[in-house]
Amino acid sequence: MTRKLMKGNDAIAEAAIRGGCRFFAGYPITPQSEILEYLSWRMPEVGGVFIQTESEISGISMVYGAAATGARAFTSSSGPGFSLMQEGISYIASAELPCVIVDVQRYGSGLADIFTGQGDYWQAVKNGGHGDYRCLVYAPNSVQETVDLTVSAFDKAEEYRNPVLILTDASIAQMMEPVEFPALKDHNQDALPWAMNGKGDGQNKRHTSIMYYNLDYDNYLKNKYDKIIEKEQQWEEIKTEDAELVLVAYGISSRICAEVVEMARKEGLMVGLIRPITLYPFPVKAFEKLEKVKYFASVEMSCLSQMIEDVVMAARCRPTYPIRGGMKVYEAEEILSAVKDIFAGNAKEVY
Amino acid sequence: MKKRRSKILYVDHKFCPGCGHGIVNRLVAEVLEEMNEDKGAICAVAVGCSSLMPDTYGVDIVQSQHGRAAAVAVGIKRCRPDNMVFSYQGDGDALAIGFSETMYAAIRNENITVILINNNNFGMTGGQMSPTTLENQRTTTSPYGRDVSLTGKPLDVMKLMGTLDVAYLARGTLTDIKEITKTKKYIRKAFEAQKNKAGYSLVEILSPCPTNWGMTPLNACKHINQVVQSVYPLGEYQGGGK
Ligand SMILES: Cc1ncc(C[n+]2csc(CCOP(=O)(O)OP(=O)(O)O)c2C)c(N)n1
Ligand code: SF4
Ligand SMILES: [Mg+2]
Repeated sequence: MTRKLMKGNDAIAEAAIRGGCRFFAGYPITPQSEILEYLSWRMPEVGGVFIQTESEISGISMVYGAAATGARAFTSSSGPGFSLMQEGISYIASAELPCVIVDVQRYGSGLADIFTGQGDYWQAVKNGGHGDYRCLVYAPNSVQETVDLTVSAFDKAEEYRNPVLILTDASIAQMMEPVEFPALKDHNQDALPWAMNGKGDGQNKRHTSIMYYNLDYDNYLKNKYDKIIEKEQQWEEIKTEDAELVLVAYGISSRICAEVVEMARKEGLMVGLIRPITLYPFPVKAFEKLEKVKYFASVEMSCLSQMIEDVVMAARCRPTYPIRGGMKVYEAEEILSAVKDIFAGNAKEVY
Repeated sequence: MKKRRSKILYVDHKFCPGCGHGIVNRLVAEVLEEMNEDKGAICAVAVGCSSLMPDTYGVDIVQSQHGRAAAVAVGIKRCRPDNMVFSYQGDGDALAIGFSETMYAAIRNENITVILINNNNFGMTGGQMSPTTLENQRTTTSPYGRDVSLTGKPLDVMKLMGTLDVAYLARGTLTDIKEITKTKKYIRKAFEAQKNKAGYSLVEILSPCPTNWGMTPLNACKHINQVVQSVYPLGEYQGGGK
């Protein structure tokens, strides 16, 4: 297999094709637009559907319809556009249909700005939409991992009949790295028993909230997500075995934190890193064995420290500190100095 | 004579007595069966009184978000180009919250059929003003009558879409056998346009809502004949071969 130098966004788009996706409907927004641009020529090449929609609301609605027919369907956006999709995501989850959605995070609320950020954690991981549902959320930290997780996202979406989100950021989506792609996967929508194709000679199918027809809905849903929590946690750990302080970071922040671990160790500071690859389910299993750790720190590009709530819970309320980024990507030295403050007792715990 | 009932209507509908939805449900069912398209048909149903249909209407059916049925139908149709795909929507769904999705499906001349039940109000939520509520009509949110100086004039979707390059547009009603027969013919032509891959078709049906109009079913029909039709003239607007 040949390696190619490729931009994160283009790699996401190609990975979707490799994963058997033949339906994309979406709307331009920086820093995500390359996904549309790539698929506008690539989809027709493989006989798939590409639609530039009038809005993200329309895009996610088309994805809903396509998913109902068993197609592997996909849309992508960033902050403001991701907000517009929330109603549709809730409906798709509620009807138990699969789809994949990419949010290339930019920084800030409202119109926000196009530079990188990690402020959509709450919206992606805790549900931007109404009601009880969860989305499986992947957080890649390299272009290759973006490809691998995008391909796997389509399988997982179908396995659990649930939306899967790729929560990436402008840094990972805009950087160029060498990547390898898996071979093109064939997807047969008619092999799925729930895929709509008209009722034929049988009973008609309905895709609506499963709540209406599932008499044990509450337990059913709880069990469904319990199973995902049990089976789907993914993380990477670096030097956590003997660590006194464990940094927790995903996406672009985790790459800088890996550097910080090296720098700190050189100075004799026992620092490790947990990098969640799935944000939902949050990799609590990674924390269970870390009994010796004294401190945790959540390193994220969000001025309110969004992920830290999950870190505190996973750490079972051991001392946890926010290391906040924001308007720019951190320098490793800044994080290292925050780490030293924690060891020196000069930092303030989150609660 | 034995009453023949469409197989799609496998249980009784749940609409109020005298409601137009029940008649349109039946007309669409008959047309699909007469065209031999019932087995492949897929419906994107709106939020509104039409949301009662997934329980009673025997075609494949997707419950769309409020206003988004046309976009959902587009997603379905692009993945199942050989199936008859239609959205079934109220006036509030298609023309208030879903205005953009409704118009853009038409602007792109998507090969879907839209069945639009215009009963001049938000039926499901208890009779609030909708974009098609008549001037001075009292509703629960226009208690003194719709004041067009504040709300704008009643929205005429035939006029809006008349300038677009779509395959078929017609407006019918249900007030007597003659009108019902005409409406059925419009629905048939709309699905035929889709079958011929001619593109977008929409049939708007002026439909009684006795419950929220506070009228008997008969008076509701009279009201359509005497008042509603003068604001929303009946007939074929595009693709009718006139
Ligand atoms: C996002 C959203 N907003 C509001 C509602 C509440 N709601 C349900 S049906 C409806 C109006 C339906 O009116 P119409 O489309 O005219 O259908 P009818 O019931 O008259 O046939 C509204 C506002 C909703 N379900 N979702
Ligand atoms: S409220 Fe009106 S539109 Fe709804 S079912 Fe009753 S009569 Fe029909
Ligand atoms: Mg209505």
